[in-house]
Amino acid sequence: MKNDLRPARLSPRDILRVGAVGLRARRARVVLSALGIAIGIATMVAVVGLSESSRADLMARLDRLGTNLLTAEAGQDATGQRIRLPENAVAMVERIGPVRHATATADIDARIRRSDVVPEERTAGVTAQAARIDLLSTLGGRVAKGSWLNPAGERLPVTVLGSVAAERLGITRTGETIMMNDTRVVVVGILQPLELVPTLDRVAMVGFPAAERHFGFDGHPTTVFERSTDASVEDVRAVLARTISPGSEGGIRVSRPSDALAAKAATDEGLTSLMLGLGAVALLVGGVGVANTMVISVLERRQEIGLRRSLGATRGAVRLQFLTESLLLSALGGATGALLGAAATYGFARVQGWTAVVPPWSLAGGLAATLLIGVVAGLYPAIRASRLHPTVALNAT
Amino acid sequence: MTPAPVIELRNATKSYPGGVHALRGVNLTVQEGELLAVVGPSGSGKSTMLNIMGTLDKPTKGTVEVAGYDVSGLSDSRLSALRARHIGFVFQHFHLAAGRDAVDNVADGLLYAGVPLKERRRRAREALAGVRLDHRRSHTPNELSGGEKQRVAIARALVGSPRLLLADEPTGALDTASGELVMELLHELNASGTTVCVITHDNEIADSLPRRVRFRDGEIVSDTRSGVPLGPRTEGAGS
Repeated sequence: MKNDLRPARLSPRDILRVGAVGLRARRARVVLSALGIAIGIATMVAVVGLSESSRADLMARLDRLGTNLLTAEAGQDATGQRIRLPENAVAMVERIGPVRHATATADIDARIRRSDVVPEERTAGVTAQAARIDLLSTLGGRVAKGSWLNPAGERLPVTVLGSVAAERLGITRTGETIMMNDTRVVVVGILQPLELVPTLDRVAMVGFPAAERHFGFDGHPTTVFERSTDASVEDVRAVLARTISPGSEGGIRVSRPSDALAAKAATDEGLTSLMLGLGAVALLVGGVGVANTMVISVLERRQEIGLRRSLGATRGAVRLQFLTESLLLSALGGATGALLGAAATYGFARVQGWTAVVPPWSLAGGLAATLLIGVVAGLYPAIRASRLHPTVALNAT
Repeated sequence: MTPAPVIELRNATKSYPGGVHALRGVNLTVQEGELLAVVGPSGSGKSTMLNIMGTLDKPTKGTVEVAGYDVSGLSDSRLSALRARHIGFVFQHFHLAAGRDAVDNVADGLLYAGVPLKERRRRAREALAGVRLDHRRSHTPNELSGGEKQRVAIARALVGSPRLLLADEPTGALDTASGELVMELLHELNASGTTVCVITHDNEIADSLPRRVRFRDGEIVSDTRSGVPLGPRTEGAGS
């Protein structure tokens, strides 16, 4: 008896063609069930893309602003007494080897009002501080309108407003006046937001000499700012408090403003994980949708299965056909989702003024998840299809 | 050496759980080049005969040899290969793929025989010409009449040049004229050397064929040949 029968292998192209037969015949259903996968993948790609884009933007800002700025702020000593920084604190900080710039601000006792017809109790939520004229360059801040304090201006009753302070006082241009205690002060400049030290946004700043002359300021700074070389930030941090106020260094809070920005990047991660989880749930639901579609497809196409068996399809060929169909279906959803997710990232990043970042690993991960879902969702229906007895399949209605 | 018969059933029995016997010890030999009818009322076991001759089903007892292969000893994949290369099917309800044109439907007849796509299409066009449907090549099934659909199905069955063509009520869903054309094609096919077995309940069709195997209750009740000369009987056996 001869026994030389070997089933032919389908070429990859034929496998794809046969796998696509069922999809072409039922387009609406294909679109709907691919949509579930698409939503899941789009969510995940967009979430990863947006979080990466925002992180990249933050890093770029940090790069621009520098991470070598330290602040030393007067706090309270062990007995709860507010400590005062020495008048020559800035000079002492400048003597630390790696320090390149040092400057300071000081709280002054001046109430700020929009004008003298506003009662004194109604301050505008704006505080007054004395600032050295090298503050702006040290912080890397920029002037939105007018100009910063200059050597002449620091002696005069003029002020530069932080961006929030200007808004709260309703001042939109320079030359207007506000009241500091009972002194009329001319606004000469309005700053852009200071990203590293946002507390200064709510402040009206006057020069040190002017503060001493008009507001009874004693010349003791409250906060010292310094910039050192990048490599020596930690070294400077270790000695900063002691240098400024030997003996009462415990009452001085030293901080690195860029850490706050970096922390923001980290807090975003929690939200990103949550959104990724939501995307995964959407993906899972999409996978169930694909499995459902495949089960129905197998039920509806029993006659086709029977015919293919009569044409010589092996069980393996039938299994492969439905597995391919399921893979194509989910791959269609996955590809659409990846495109949508990337488009959403680009669109949103553009609105935010960020550079869009879509990490290749998120696309690769999305694709891998898609294929996995395609296999898992298609396996059971495909096995069912392959186990149909040819005669039963042919006679199905 | 005498050529092996295309179909040889020895004591073939098919029973189902619950004591239903679709076939009871059937012995049947079909030689290369025959054109026969398996005829009987519904429930007589003729559909089971088609399934068993077409290797879609195996008998519970007895042996079946198709194209020289003992069916009982073959795995599912070898049986599939046997169908792909040696057996063509024509069904009462055509079983054409909706939405795909005639050429693609016919070309599918070669899909599982490992023929490349271009070659499949070329031979499909030839086969369509063979059933006189060249002008309907790019039509989809819902653009074809019932008779045309069945001719597409015949083209699909013959495109792989099978040794055995099994037709299950091929005219059952057709009007008389279309049915006559289909029978004419089956005669032509037989004349060119293919063994053709028509399963039918229609005595008129059965009587138009040279050999008639009558079934009743799972058994052959008569096996008659008319004087019509049979087709070539001795060539090309055993590939």
